[in-house]
Amino acid sequence: MSMGQTFLGLLEAGPRHGYDLKRAYDERFSHIRPVHFGQVYATLARLLKHGLVELDAVEAGEGPERKRYAVTEAGVADVDHWLARPEAPDPYLQNTLYTKVVLALLTGRSATDLLDLQRTEHLRLMRELTQRKANGDLIDHLICDHGLFHLEADLRWLELTAARLDDLAATLTPAGGTTTGRTIRA
Amino acid sequence: MTAPAPVPVPSARAILTATGLRKTFGQTLALDHASISLAPGEIVAVMGPSGSGKSTLLHCLAGILRPDQGSVIYQGQDLTTLRDAARSTLRRTQFGFIFQFGQLVPELTCLENVALPLRMERVPRAEANRRATEELQRLAVEDVAGQRPGEISGGQGQRVAVARALVTRPRVIFADEPTGALDSLNGELVLRQLTATARETRASILLVTHEARVAAYSDREIVVRDGRTRDPLTAGAAA
Ligand SMILES: Nc1ncnc2c1ncn2[C@@H]1O[C@H](COP(=O)(O)OP(=O)(O)OP(=O)(O)O)[C@@H](O)[C@H]1O
Ligand SMILES: [Mg+2]
Repeated sequence: MSMGQTFLGLLEAGPRHGYDLKRAYDERFSHIRPVHFGQVYATLARLLKHGLVELDAVEAGEGPERKRYAVTEAGVADVDHWLARPEAPDPYLQNTLYTKVVLALLTGRSATDLLDLQRTEHLRLMRELTQRKANGDLIDHLICDHGLFHLEADLRWLELTAARLDDLAATLTPAGGTTTGRTIRA
Repeated sequence: MTAPAPVPVPSARAILTATGLRKTFGQTLALDHASISLAPGEIVAVMGPSGSGKSTLLHCLAGILRPDQGSVIYQGQDLTTLRDAARSTLRRTQFGFIFQFGQLVPELTCLENVALPLRMERVPRAEANRRATEELQRLAVEDVAGQRPGEISGGQGQRVAVARALVTRPRVIFADEPTGALDSLNGELVLRQLTATARETRASILLVTHEARVAAYSDREIVVRDGRTRDPLTAGAAA
Protein backbone atom coordinates (compact mmCIF):
# COMPACT_ATOMS: atom_id res chain seq x y z
CA MET A 1 0.00 0.00 0.00
CA SER A 2 1.30 3.39 -0.85
CA MET A 3 1.75 5.70 2.11
CA GLY A 4 3.23 8.37 -0.15
CA GLN A 5 0.12 8.90 -2.27
CA THR A 6 -2.08 8.71 0.79
CA PHE A 7 -0.09 11.52 2.40
CA LEU A 8 -0.35 13.55 -0.76
CA GLY A 9 -4.11 13.05 -0.84
CA LEU A 10 -4.41 14.11 2.79
CA LEU A 11 -2.33 17.19 2.07
CA GLU A 12 -4.78 18.25 -0.63
CA ALA A 13 -6.98 19.48 2.20
CA GLY A 14 -4.24 21.91 3.20
CA PRO A 15 -0.67 21.99 4.55
CA ARG A 16 0.08 19.92 7.62
CA HIS A 17 2.90 19.15 9.99
CA GLY A 18 4.37 15.68 9.98
CA TYR A 19 2.79 14.68 13.29
CA ASP A 20 -0.58 15.99 12.18
CA LEU A 21 -0.31 13.95 9.00
CA LYS A 22 0.58 10.85 10.97
CA ARG A 23 -2.43 11.34 13.21
CA ALA A 24 -4.78 11.77 10.24
CA TYR A 25 -3.27 8.75 8.55
CA ASP A 26 -3.55 6.52 11.62
CA GLU A 27 -7.12 7.59 12.15
CA ARG A 28 -8.31 6.87 8.62
CA PHE A 29 -6.10 4.15 7.31
CA SER A 30 -4.09 2.46 9.98
CA HIS A 31 -5.97 2.46 13.27
CA ILE A 32 -4.93 -1.07 14.14
CA ARG A 33 -1.22 -0.49 13.86
CA PRO A 34 -0.14 3.16 13.94
CA VAL A 35 2.78 4.01 11.67
CA HIS A 36 6.16 4.90 13.15
CA PHE A 37 7.35 8.48 13.07
CA GLY A 38 10.48 7.28 11.35
CA GLN A 39 8.40 5.94 8.48
CA VAL A 40 6.41 9.15 8.27
CA TYR A 41 9.47 11.34 7.99
CA ALA A 42 11.23 8.99 5.59
CA THR A 43 8.17 9.13 3.36
CA LEU A 44 7.97 12.91 3.56
CA ALA A 45 11.67 13.22 2.76
CA ARG A 46 11.16 11.09 -0.33
CA LEU A 47 8.16 13.15 -1.45
CA LEU A 48 10.14 16.33 -0.91
CA LYS A 49 13.05 15.03 -2.93
CA HIS A 50 10.76 14.19 -5.84
CA GLY A 51 9.05 17.57 -5.73
CA LEU A 52 5.68 16.11 -4.77
CA VAL A 53 5.53 18.17 -1.58
CA GLU A 54 7.20 21.40 -0.60
CA LEU A 55 7.92 23.08 2.68
CA ASP A 56 5.16 25.47 3.44
CA ALA A 57 6.62 26.86 6.64
CA VAL A 58 9.45 26.05 8.98
CA GLU A 59 9.08 27.18 12.55
CA ALA A 60 12.00 28.20 14.68
CA GLY A 61 13.81 25.40 16.48
CA GLU A 62 15.25 22.03 15.66
CA GLY A 63 13.96 18.78 14.31
CA PRO A 64 11.55 17.54 11.63
CA GLU A 65 8.42 18.30 13.64
CA ARG A 66 8.88 22.00 12.95
CA LYS A 67 8.22 21.63 9.24
CA ARG A 68 4.89 22.09 7.57
CA TYR A 69 4.34 20.37 4.24
CA ALA A 70 2.17 21.33 1.29
CA VAL A 71 1.32 19.22 -1.74
CA THR A 72 2.59 20.46 -5.10
CA GLU A 73 0.87 20.26 -8.46
CA ALA A 74 3.07 17.30 -9.30
CA GLY A 75 1.91 15.73 -6.05
CA VAL A 76 -1.75 16.11 -6.97
CA ALA A 77 -1.00 14.64 -10.39
CA ASP A 78 0.67 11.71 -8.67
CA VAL A 79 -2.49 11.00 -6.66
CA ASP A 80 -4.56 11.25 -9.85
CA HIS A 81 -2.28 8.77 -11.51
CA TRP A 82 -2.32 6.34 -8.59
CA LEU A 83 -6.10 6.35 -8.29
CA ALA A 84 -6.57 6.00 -12.03
CA ARG A 85 -4.36 2.95 -12.27
CA PRO A 86 -6.05 -0.31 -11.28
CA GLU A 87 -4.17 -2.60 -8.95
CA ALA A 88 -2.90 -5.90 -10.25
CA PRO A 89 -5.51 -8.35 -8.96
CA ASP A 90 -4.20 -10.20 -5.96
CA PRO A 91 -6.01 -12.00 -3.16
CA TYR A 92 -4.66 -9.68 -0.48
CA LEU A 93 -5.51 -6.32 -1.96
CA GLN A 94 -8.26 -5.28 0.41
CA ASN A 95 -6.14 -2.77 2.24
CA THR A 96 -4.96 -0.92 -0.83
CA LEU A 97 -8.41 -0.89 -2.38
CA TYR A 98 -9.95 0.41 0.80
CA THR A 99 -7.38 3.18 0.99
CA LYS A 100 -7.97 4.14 -2.63
CA VAL A 101 -11.73 4.34 -2.22
CA VAL A 102 -11.54 6.39 0.96
CA LEU A 103 -8.90 8.68 -0.49
CA ALA A 104 -10.94 9.22 -3.65
CA LEU A 105 -13.96 10.21 -1.58
CA LEU A 106 -11.95 12.41 0.74
CA THR A 107 -10.44 14.31 -2.13
CA GLY A 108 -13.55 14.62 -4.27
CA ARG A 109 -12.47 12.21 -6.98
CA SER A 110 -14.79 9.64 -8.49
CA ALA A 111 -14.80 6.43 -6.48
CA THR A 112 -17.24 4.92 -8.97
CA ASP A 113 -14.73 5.27 -11.79
CA LEU A 114 -12.11 3.71 -9.61
CA LEU A 115 -14.34 0.75 -8.79
CA ASP A 116 -15.35 0.22 -12.42
CA LEU A 117 -11.74 0.28 -13.50
CA GLN A 118 -10.78 -2.22 -10.86
CA ARG A 119 -13.64 -4.51 -11.80
CA THR A 120 -12.41 -4.56 -15.38
CA GLU A 121 -8.93 -5.45 -14.21
CA HIS A 122 -10.17 -8.24 -11.98
CA LEU A 123 -12.41 -9.62 -14.70
CA ARG A 124 -9.50 -9.67 -17.11
CA LEU A 125 -7.64 -12.04 -14.84
CA MET A 126 -10.78 -14.03 -14.07
CA ARG A 127 -11.34 -14.60 -17.78
CA GLU A 128 -7.81 -15.89 -18.10
CA LEU A 129 -8.30 -18.32 -15.23
CA THR A 130 -11.66 -19.44 -16.60
CA GLN A 131 -10.05 -20.08 -19.96
CA ARG A 132 -7.20 -22.01 -18.39
CA LYS A 133 -9.66 -24.07 -16.44
CA ALA A 134 -11.55 -24.98 -19.61
CA ASN A 135 -8.39 -26.24 -21.28
CA GLY A 136 -6.81 -27.83 -18.25
CA ASP A 137 -6.98 -30.98 -16.17
CA LEU A 138 -8.50 -31.41 -12.73
CA ILE A 139 -5.48 -29.94 -10.96
CA ASP A 140 -5.62 -26.78 -13.12
CA HIS A 141 -9.28 -26.67 -12.34
CA LEU A 142 -8.76 -26.67 -8.60
CA ILE A 143 -5.95 -24.13 -8.70
CA CYS A 144 -7.84 -21.75 -10.97
CA ASP A 145 -10.98 -22.07 -8.87
CA HIS A 146 -9.04 -21.02 -5.80
CA GLY A 147 -7.93 -17.85 -7.57
CA LEU A 148 -11.39 -17.25 -9.00
CA PHE A 149 -13.12 -17.45 -5.63
CA HIS A 150 -10.67 -15.02 -4.06
CA LEU A 151 -10.98 -12.53 -6.89
CA GLU A 152 -14.73 -12.80 -6.73
CA ALA A 153 -14.66 -12.04 -3.02
CA ASP A 154 -12.67 -8.89 -3.78
CA LEU A 155 -15.19 -7.86 -6.37
CA ARG A 156 -18.17 -8.51 -4.15
CA TRP A 157 -16.62 -6.25 -1.61
CA LEU A 158 -16.07 -3.66 -4.32
CA GLU A 159 -19.69 -3.89 -5.46
CA LEU A 160 -20.95 -3.53 -1.94
CA THR A 161 -18.67 -0.58 -1.38
CA ALA A 162 -19.91 0.96 -4.61
CA ALA A 163 -23.46 0.57 -3.35
CA ARG A 164 -22.49 2.29 -0.13
CA LEU A 165 -20.51 5.15 -1.60
CA ASP A 166 -23.05 7.77 -0.63
CA ASP A 167 -23.09 6.62 2.98
CA LEU A 168 -19.34 6.42 3.00
CA ALA A 169 -19.01 9.91 1.57
CA ALA A 170 -21.31 11.19 4.31
CA THR A 171 -19.22 9.47 6.97
CA LEU A 172 -16.07 10.97 5.59
CA THR A 173 -17.31 14.52 5.23
CA PRO A 174 -14.69 16.38 7.18
CA ALA A 175 -15.87 16.84 10.73
CA GLY A 176 -12.38 17.36 12.06
CA GLY A 177 -11.91 20.82 10.60
CA THR A 178 -9.99 20.27 7.39
CA THR A 179 -11.94 21.21 4.32
CA THR A 180 -10.93 21.60 0.75
CA GLY A 181 -12.33 23.43 -2.19
CA ARG A 182 -13.34 20.08 -3.58
CA THR A 183 -16.70 18.63 -2.75
CA ILE A 184 -17.14 15.04 -1.81
CA ARG A 185 -19.10 13.10 -4.35
CA ALA A 186 -19.56 9.47 -5.22
CA MET B 1 -31.49 18.37 -17.86
CA THR B 2 -28.90 18.09 -20.57
CA ALA B 3 -28.81 14.80 -22.36
CA PRO B 4 -25.40 13.41 -23.22
CA ALA B 5 -25.04 12.19 -26.77
CA PRO B 6 -25.73 8.46 -27.15
CA VAL B 7 -22.57 6.42 -27.09
CA PRO B 8 -21.60 5.64 -30.67
CA VAL B 9 -21.52 1.93 -31.26
CA PRO B 10 -19.66 -0.13 -33.83
CA SER B 11 -22.74 -0.94 -35.90
CA ALA B 12 -20.90 -2.18 -38.97
CA ARG B 13 -19.93 -5.42 -37.27
CA ALA B 14 -22.86 -5.56 -34.92
CA ILE B 15 -25.71 -8.03 -35.10
CA LEU B 16 -27.68 -6.12 -32.47
CA THR B 17 -27.30 -2.48 -31.52
CA ALA B 18 -29.32 -0.42 -29.08
CA THR B 19 -28.84 3.31 -28.91
CA GLY B 20 -30.20 5.88 -26.48
CA LEU B 21 -32.75 3.65 -24.81
CA ARG B 22 -35.10 5.17 -22.32
CA LYS B 23 -37.81 3.28 -20.47
CA THR B 24 -40.06 4.37 -17.65
CA PHE B 25 -42.49 2.40 -15.52
CA GLY B 26 -44.82 5.02 -14.05
CA GLN B 27 -42.55 7.28 -12.05
CA THR B 28 -39.60 4.91 -12.25
CA LEU B 29 -36.96 5.70 -14.81
CA ALA B 30 -35.61 2.21 -15.44
CA LEU B 31 -33.39 3.05 -18.43
CA ASP B 32 -31.96 6.34 -19.53
CA HIS B 33 -29.51 6.78 -22.41
CA ALA B 34 -28.64 3.11 -22.42
CA SER B 35 -26.62 1.90 -25.38
CA ILE B 36 -25.05 -1.42 -26.15
CA SER B 37 -23.84 -3.34 -29.14
CA LEU B 38 -23.31 -7.04 -29.75
CA ALA B 39 -21.05 -8.42 -32.47
CA PRO B 40 -21.82 -11.81 -34.03
CA GLY B 41 -20.48 -14.52 -31.75
CA GLU B 42 -19.70 -12.09 -29.00
CA ILE B 43 -20.54 -12.81 -25.37
CA VAL B 44 -21.24 -9.66 -23.40
CA ALA B 45 -21.89 -9.67 -19.66
CA VAL B 46 -24.25 -7.07 -18.25
CA MET B 47 -23.43 -6.31 -14.65
CA GLY B 48 -24.59 -3.76 -12.12
CA PRO B 49 -26.45 -3.39 -8.83
CA SER B 50 -29.91 -4.78 -8.22
CA GLY B 51 -32.58 -2.54 -9.70
CA SER B 52 -30.16 -0.76 -12.00
CA GLY B 53 -32.04 -1.77 -15.15
CA LYS B 54 -30.26 -4.89 -16.40
CA SER B 55 -33.38 -6.96 -17.00
CA THR B 56 -35.20 -4.01 -18.53
CA LEU B 57 -32.29 -3.54 -20.92
CA LEU B 58 -32.40 -7.21 -21.87
CA HIS B 59 -36.15 -7.11 -22.44
CA CYS B 60 -35.83 -4.04 -24.70
CA LEU B 61 -33.03 -5.64 -26.68
CA ALA B 62 -35.00 -8.83 -27.11
CA GLY B 63 -38.09 -7.04 -28.38
CA ILE B 64 -40.13 -8.07 -25.33
CA LEU B 65 -40.46 -4.50 -24.09
CA ARG B 66 -40.81 -1.44 -26.27
CA PRO B 67 -38.60 1.41 -25.04
CA ASP B 68 -40.06 4.93 -24.79
CA GLN B 69 -37.11 6.29 -26.72
CA GLY B 70 -34.17 4.96 -28.66
CA SER B 71 -33.65 2.29 -31.27
CA VAL B 72 -32.88 -1.42 -31.23
CA ILE B 73 -31.47 -2.55 -34.54
CA TYR B 74 -31.28 -6.28 -35.23
CA GLN B 75 -29.68 -6.99 -38.59
CA GLY B 76 -30.91 -3.77 -40.08
CA GLN B 77 -34.43 -3.89 -38.64
CA ASP B 78 -35.59 -1.58 -35.88
CA LEU B 79 -37.41 -3.73 -33.32
CA THR B 80 -39.01 -0.70 -31.72
CA THR B 81 -41.08 0.07 -34.81
CA LEU B 82 -41.68 -3.50 -35.93
CA ARG B 83 -45.23 -4.82 -35.62
CA ASP B 84 -45.99 -7.24 -32.79
CA ALA B 85 -46.46 -10.26 -35.05
CA ALA B 86 -43.15 -9.65 -36.80
CA ARG B 87 -41.40 -9.16 -33.49
CA SER B 88 -42.68 -12.39 -32.05
CA THR B 89 -41.65 -14.29 -35.16
CA LEU B 90 -38.20 -12.79 -34.83
CA ARG B 91 -38.03 -13.77 -31.16
CA ARG B 92 -39.11 -17.31 -31.97
CA THR B 93 -36.74 -17.87 -34.87
CA GLN B 94 -33.67 -15.75 -34.12
CA PHE B 95 -33.50 -15.44 -30.35
CA GLY B 96 -33.08 -17.86 -27.47
CA PHE B 97 -34.09 -17.14 -23.90
CA ILE B 98 -32.87 -18.42 -20.57
CA PHE B 99 -34.48 -16.94 -17.50
CA GLN B 100 -34.12 -17.91 -13.91
CA PHE B 101 -37.67 -18.88 -13.12
CA GLY B 102 -40.60 -20.84 -14.51
CA GLN B 103 -39.75 -21.32 -18.10
CA LEU B 104 -40.62 -24.94 -18.73
CA VAL B 105 -44.17 -25.97 -19.49
CA PRO B 106 -45.16 -28.15 -16.54
CA GLU B 107 -47.59 -30.36 -18.48
CA LEU B 108 -45.00 -31.43 -21.04
CA THR B 109 -42.14 -33.87 -20.63
CA CYS B 110 -38.62 -32.46 -20.76
CA LEU B 111 -38.16 -33.82 -24.26
CA GLU B 112 -41.41 -32.20 -25.40
CA ASN B 113 -40.36 -28.96 -23.77
CA VAL B 114 -37.10 -28.89 -25.69
CA ALA B 115 -38.79 -29.95 -28.94
CA LEU B 116 -41.52 -27.34 -28.56
CA PRO B 117 -39.75 -24.37 -30.23
CA LEU B 118 -39.03 -26.59 -33.24
CA ARG B 119 -42.59 -27.86 -33.42
CA MET B 120 -43.79 -24.26 -33.43
CA GLU B 121 -41.66 -23.78 -36.52
CA ARG B 122 -43.39 -26.81 -38.05
CA VAL B 123 -40.39 -29.08 -37.88
CA PRO B 124 -41.76 -32.66 -38.20
CA ARG B 125 -42.12 -34.45 -34.88
CA ALA B 126 -39.49 -37.14 -35.47
CA GLU B 127 -36.90 -34.59 -36.56
CA ALA B 128 -37.77 -32.27 -33.66
CA ASN B 129 -37.45 -35.10 -31.15
CA ARG B 130 -34.14 -36.19 -32.60
CA ARG B 131 -32.68 -32.70 -32.30
CA ALA B 132 -34.15 -32.23 -28.83
CA THR B 133 -32.60 -35.49 -27.67
CA GLU B 134 -29.23 -34.41 -29.02
CA GLU B 135 -29.48 -31.15 -27.14
CA LEU B 136 -30.42 -32.90 -23.90
CA GLN B 137 -27.37 -35.13 -24.37
CA ARG B 138 -25.05 -32.17 -24.75
CA LEU B 139 -26.24 -30.92 -21.39
CA ALA B 140 -26.06 -34.38 -19.85
CA VAL B 141 -29.77 -34.55 -18.97
CA GLU B 142 -30.98 -37.09 -21.53
CA ASP B 143 -32.02 -39.38 -18.69
CA VAL B 144 -34.81 -37.02 -17.62
CA ALA B 145 -36.22 -36.74 -21.14
CA GLY B 146 -39.43 -38.56 -20.23
CA GLN B 147 -40.04 -36.76 -16.94
CA ARG B 148 -42.01 -33.59 -16.34
CA PRO B 149 -40.40 -30.43 -14.91
CA GLY B 150 -42.05 -31.03 -11.54
CA GLU B 151 -40.27 -34.35 -11.21
CA ILE B 152 -36.67 -33.21 -11.70
CA SER B 153 -34.22 -31.16 -9.66
CA GLY B 154 -33.75 -27.40 -10.05
CA GLY B 155 -30.32 -27.90 -11.58
CA GLN B 156 -31.64 -30.40 -14.09
CA GLY B 157 -34.44 -27.97 -14.88
CA GLN B 158 -31.88 -25.28 -15.68
CA ARG B 159 -30.09 -27.58 -18.06
CA VAL B 160 -33.29 -28.56 -19.81
CA ALA B 161 -34.15 -24.86 -20.16
CA VAL B 162 -30.74 -24.20 -21.70
CA ALA B 163 -31.27 -27.10 -24.10
CA ARG B 164 -34.57 -25.58 -25.12
CA ALA B 165 -32.99 -22.17 -25.69
CA LEU B 166 -30.24 -23.67 -27.85
CA VAL B 167 -32.22 -26.19 -29.91
CA THR B 168 -33.31 -23.68 -32.56
CA ARG B 169 -29.69 -22.50 -32.98
CA PRO B 170 -30.59 -18.88 -32.22
CA ARG B 171 -28.41 -16.00 -33.43
CA VAL B 172 -28.69 -14.18 -30.13
CA ILE B 173 -29.17 -15.79 -26.73
CA PHE B 174 -30.60 -13.70 -23.92
CA ALA B 175 -29.71 -15.07 -20.52
CA ASP B 176 -30.87 -13.39 -17.32
CA GLU B 177 -29.05 -14.86 -14.31
CA PRO B 178 -29.08 -18.23 -16.07
CA THR B 179 -27.39 -20.30 -13.41
CA GLY B 180 -28.91 -19.05 -10.19
CA ALA B 181 -26.10 -19.51 -7.72
CA LEU B 182 -22.96 -20.78 -9.33
CA ASP B 183 -21.81 -22.63 -6.23
CA SER B 184 -22.26 -25.95 -7.89
CA LEU B 185 -20.83 -28.10 -10.62
CA ASN B 186 -24.23 -27.82 -12.27
CA GLY B 187 -23.91 -24.08 -12.78
CA GLU B 188 -20.51 -24.52 -14.32
CA LEU B 189 -21.69 -27.19 -16.69
CA VAL B 190 -24.56 -24.98 -17.79
CA LEU B 191 -22.27 -22.05 -18.49
CA ARG B 192 -19.64 -24.13 -20.22
CA GLN B 193 -22.18 -25.75 -22.54
CA LEU B 194 -23.97 -22.50 -23.17
CA THR B 195 -20.82 -20.62 -24.11
CA ALA B 196 -19.30 -23.52 -26.04
CA THR B 197 -22.43 -23.89 -28.14
CA ALA B 198 -22.49 -20.16 -28.79
CA ARG B 199 -18.85 -20.28 -29.90
CA GLU B 200 -19.51 -23.22 -32.20
CA THR B 201 -22.53 -21.66 -33.84
CA ARG B 202 -21.26 -18.06 -33.73
CA ALA B 203 -24.27 -17.02 -31.70
CA SER B 204 -24.04 -13.96 -29.50
CA ILE B 205 -24.98 -13.99 -25.83
CA LEU B 206 -26.23 -11.19 -23.67
CA LEU B 207 -25.47 -12.50 -20.22
CA VAL B 208 -27.05 -10.62 -17.32
CA THR B 209 -25.37 -11.53 -14.07
CA HIS B 210 -24.19 -10.06 -10.82
CA GLU B 211 -21.66 -12.83 -10.32
CA ALA B 212 -18.12 -12.18 -11.45
CA ARG B 213 -17.40 -15.87 -11.97
CA VAL B 214 -20.29 -15.99 -14.42
CA ALA B 215 -19.18 -12.77 -16.13
CA ALA B 216 -15.74 -14.34 -16.54
CA TYR B 217 -17.24 -16.50 -19.31
CA SER B 218 -17.88 -13.36 -21.37
CA ASP B 219 -15.65 -11.48 -23.81
CA ARG B 220 -16.34 -8.13 -22.21
CA GLU B 221 -18.62 -6.53 -19.67
CA ILE B 222 -20.99 -3.60 -19.60
CA VAL B 223 -22.02 -2.02 -16.33
CA VAL B 224 -25.51 -0.62 -15.82
CA ARG B 225 -25.92 1.91 -13.08
CA ASP B 226 -29.11 3.88 -12.46
CA GLY B 227 -30.39 2.88 -15.88
CA ARG B 228 -27.28 4.05 -17.70
CA THR B 229 -24.86 1.79 -19.47
CA ARG B 230 -21.19 2.21 -19.00
CA ASP B 231 -18.53 0.49 -20.97
CA PRO B 232 -15.58 0.38 -18.58
CA LEU B 233 -13.10 0.42 -21.43
CA THR B 234 -14.40 3.66 -22.87
CA ALA B 235 -15.43 5.29 -19.58
CA GLY B 236 -13.14 8.03 -18.35
CA ALA B 237 -10.36 6.97 -16.01
CA ALA B 238 -10.69 8.00 -12.39
CA ALA B 239 -10.02 11.68 -12.22
N1 LIG C 1 -42.79 -4.19 -14.92
C1 LIG C 1 -42.34 -3.24 -14.11
N2 LIG C 1 -43.18 -2.36 -13.53
C2 LIG C 1 -42.75 -1.38 -12.72
N3 LIG C 1 -41.45 -1.17 -12.43
C3 LIG C 1 -40.55 -2.00 -12.97
C4 LIG C 1 -40.94 -3.08 -13.83
N4 LIG C 1 -39.82 -3.72 -14.22
C5 LIG C 1 -38.79 -3.09 -13.62
N5 LIG C 1 -39.20 -2.05 -12.88
C6 LIG C 1 -38.35 -1.12 -12.13
O1 LIG C 1 -37.32 -0.66 -12.99
C7 LIG C 1 -36.07 -0.63 -12.33
C8 LIG C 1 -35.08 -1.55 -13.03
O2 LIG C 1 -35.51 -2.88 -12.86
P1 LIG C 1 -34.75 -4.14 -13.49
O3 LIG C 1 -35.61 -5.33 -13.25
O4 LIG C 1 -34.38 -3.84 -14.90
O5 LIG C 1 -33.44 -4.18 -12.58
P2 LIG C 1 -32.25 -5.27 -12.55
O6 LIG C 1 -30.99 -4.55 -12.77
O7 LIG C 1 -32.58 -6.39 -13.46
O8 LIG C 1 -32.31 -5.76 -11.02
P3 LIG C 1 -31.99 -7.23 -10.40
O9 LIG C 1 -30.51 -7.37 -10.37
O10 LIG C 1 -32.55 -7.11 -9.01
O11 LIG C 1 -32.68 -8.25 -11.23
C9 LIG C 1 -36.37 -1.00 -10.90
O12 LIG C 1 -36.52 0.17 -10.15
C10 LIG C 1 -37.65 -1.78 -10.97
O13 LIG C 1 -38.37 -1.68 -9.78
MG1 LIG D 1 -33.05 -8.46 -13.17
